[in-house]
Amino acid sequence: MISNFILAPIFAHMFTAVLLMFFWKRVQAQKIISIIGNSIAFIMCWRLFSATWKYGNITLQLGGWEAPFGITFVSDTLSAVMVLLTAIVSLSVGIYSTSAINISRIKYGYFFIYHFLIMGLMGAFLTGDIFNLYVWFEVVIISSFVLLTLGGKKRQMEGAVKYVTMNMLASVIFLTAIGILYGITGSLNIADLANQVAIIENRGLVTVTSLLFFVGFGIKSAVFPLYFWLPSSYHTPPSAIGAIFGGLLTKMGVYSLFRVFTIIFKPDDFILQVFIVIAILTMISGAFGVINKRNIRRILSYFIVCHIGYLIAGIGLYTELAFVGVIFYLIHDVIVKSNLFMMSGLIQKIRETQDITRLGGLYKDYPKLSLIFAVILFSLVGIPPLSGFWPKIMLFQEAFVQKQYVLLGTLIFASFITLFIVARIWSEVFWKDLLKPNSEEIDHFAPFSKSGKIALILPITALAGVSLYIGLNAPVIIEVSERVAHEMKNPSIYIDAVMKNLK
Amino acid sequence: MKRYRSKKEQDQTILRTATNYLLPVLLLFSVFVLLRGHYLSGGGFVGGLIASIAFVLHSFAYSTKQTLSLFQFSPMALIPAGLALSILSGLLPVLLGLPFMTGVWFADSVAVIGSVGTALFFDIGVYLVVIGVVLTILFTIAENV
Repeated sequence: MISNFILAPIFAHMFTAVLLMFFWKRVQAQKIISIIGNSIAFIMCWRLFSATWKYGNITLQLGGWEAPFGITFVSDTLSAVMVLLTAIVSLSVGIYSTSAINISRIKYGYFFIYHFLIMGLMGAFLTGDIFNLYVWFEVVIISSFVLLTLGGKKRQMEGAVKYVTMNMLASVIFLTAIGILYGITGSLNIADLANQVAIIENRGLVTVTSLLFFVGFGIKSAVFPLYFWLPSSYHTPPSAIGAIFGGLLTKMGVYSLFRVFTIIFKPDDFILQVFIVIAILTMISGAFGVINKRNIRRILSYFIVCHIGYLIAGIGLYTELAFVGVIFYLIHDVIVKSNLFMMSGLIQKIRETQDITRLGGLYKDYPKLSLIFAVILFSLVGIPPLSGFWPKIMLFQEAFVQKQYVLLGTLIFASFITLFIVARIWSEVFWKDLLKPNSEEIDHFAPFSKSGKIALILPITALAGVSLYIGLNAPVIIEVSERVAHEMKNPSIYIDAVMKNLK
Repeated sequence: MKRYRSKKEQDQTILRTATNYLLPVLLLFSVFVLLRGHYLSGGGFVGGLIASIAFVLHSFAYSTKQTLSLFQFSPMALIPAGLALSILSGLLPVLLGLPFMTGVWFADSVAVIGSVGTALFFDIGVYLVVIGVVLTILFTIAENV
């Protein structure tokens, strides 16, 4: 099916960003426009998802130029799922930002850049052209540089230097890989590349190119050994920005890995083995990194690294059931990670610290809020009815069936460490009594206006609700994941949608 | 101090006189490059740079403040205006049921300008954005130095 509607999510955010520029210094107007824009974009994304679900892959040839030459936009189920997740997170974090981000940051264009970032993510998920994917990556990382440094604190600059350096390096490697691929095939369209790469006789060069892609995307999604930029930069910006970064930016790298290694390249045993070894090392280094950290957001940063390992492991197994598990895990992880960062921001508002040894007594002071936080934290671990449980079981099972016992052991080890740390956060932050008398701690949350409090709590509750829904209505999510996995195992569906749907 | 300033002003007489004539010429040239851009080298980006160079030259000869007073509005306002123009010109074919960014052209070509279509408006949008961005960056730096 050919439709211009595929661009609607991108445009919704682009228009919002442009509109925001007309209201540069007017904070209240910016907040309202941002919420409206995010809501409209959310509706568009939902409609795009349901259209893709109903009619199959939707494609668009930009400017009417035919498939291998023009820029293609494709919405298959994987893209539609990612777009929908982005929309959910962007709406929640957008609402949260109206209350959590301070006014001076908004005056320097926080919302404007925020919408550009989301636009870049939408574009990256929807494009069907490898060079266009690079362009969207650039849109995203340039916006993220601005968001990371907005406010200009020394700590932020320090984090930003590492972040910028590593991401620039990743972009260079990614671009080099595209250059080589273009050199050997003469095409940039992902569907066309799949056909062209399959008939190349110099398989060695193809393997090297695919590994270059893996390194480029690997740095962006923070896998071992080049993950260290993430824990050293993600705790520096405000938590609303951390929520977007933690939930979506690394997943963009994983998404690209899915695309490149299911459609363009057919990984051989060697590459799959590389994936599995890297996944194991990523999980172990993330798990060891998390153990001795005391700042909540640093813990979360290492959790991101650790759990990226699950996703890479799923690609390494390369079976349909593993893909189902990975997609399910991706859906669960995006929602939970964003929510955890928002939660950490709220805890900071309440207690003015994120150090778990200095925190305490939250359950006593805010019992209802603590219940919501409990849902989020235990979703992350995957206590049975909650959302993390199902995908982990699938991955365990598949690792066992494939006789990858080391991988299975590492998956269980990483889950165990996650459980241990989450239990520690729970007991330190919520159950333990405050060391100092309560009056000495400054509660920045209590003096907020009522609407301000709602803007902080509503998104967290909503995302916790989504997590609950994912956990309790697992068959629905599994059905979606199965379809994505089926499309990933049969790339001809994607290729035909692009190449044969010419007008 | 006062003597120094007047000496500086004297030194700049040639530059200022030249700028008064160069500014309109450069702006005209930038429009020429913009219109030329569809088939020959040129276009919105280069045209925008040339136009902003004209204003930068003016700010060297006079001062940033006086250059800004040439505008009725802040150059920053050009950025959203240009972006909006570019997006709308891309969206026009969508209203006609064609894919986004398809070139739609008027049947008759206009004298001097040549054929008019959505690509031209897209380029004008780029032209405005480039002027807005370059002037905003340069003047912000000039204010802070």
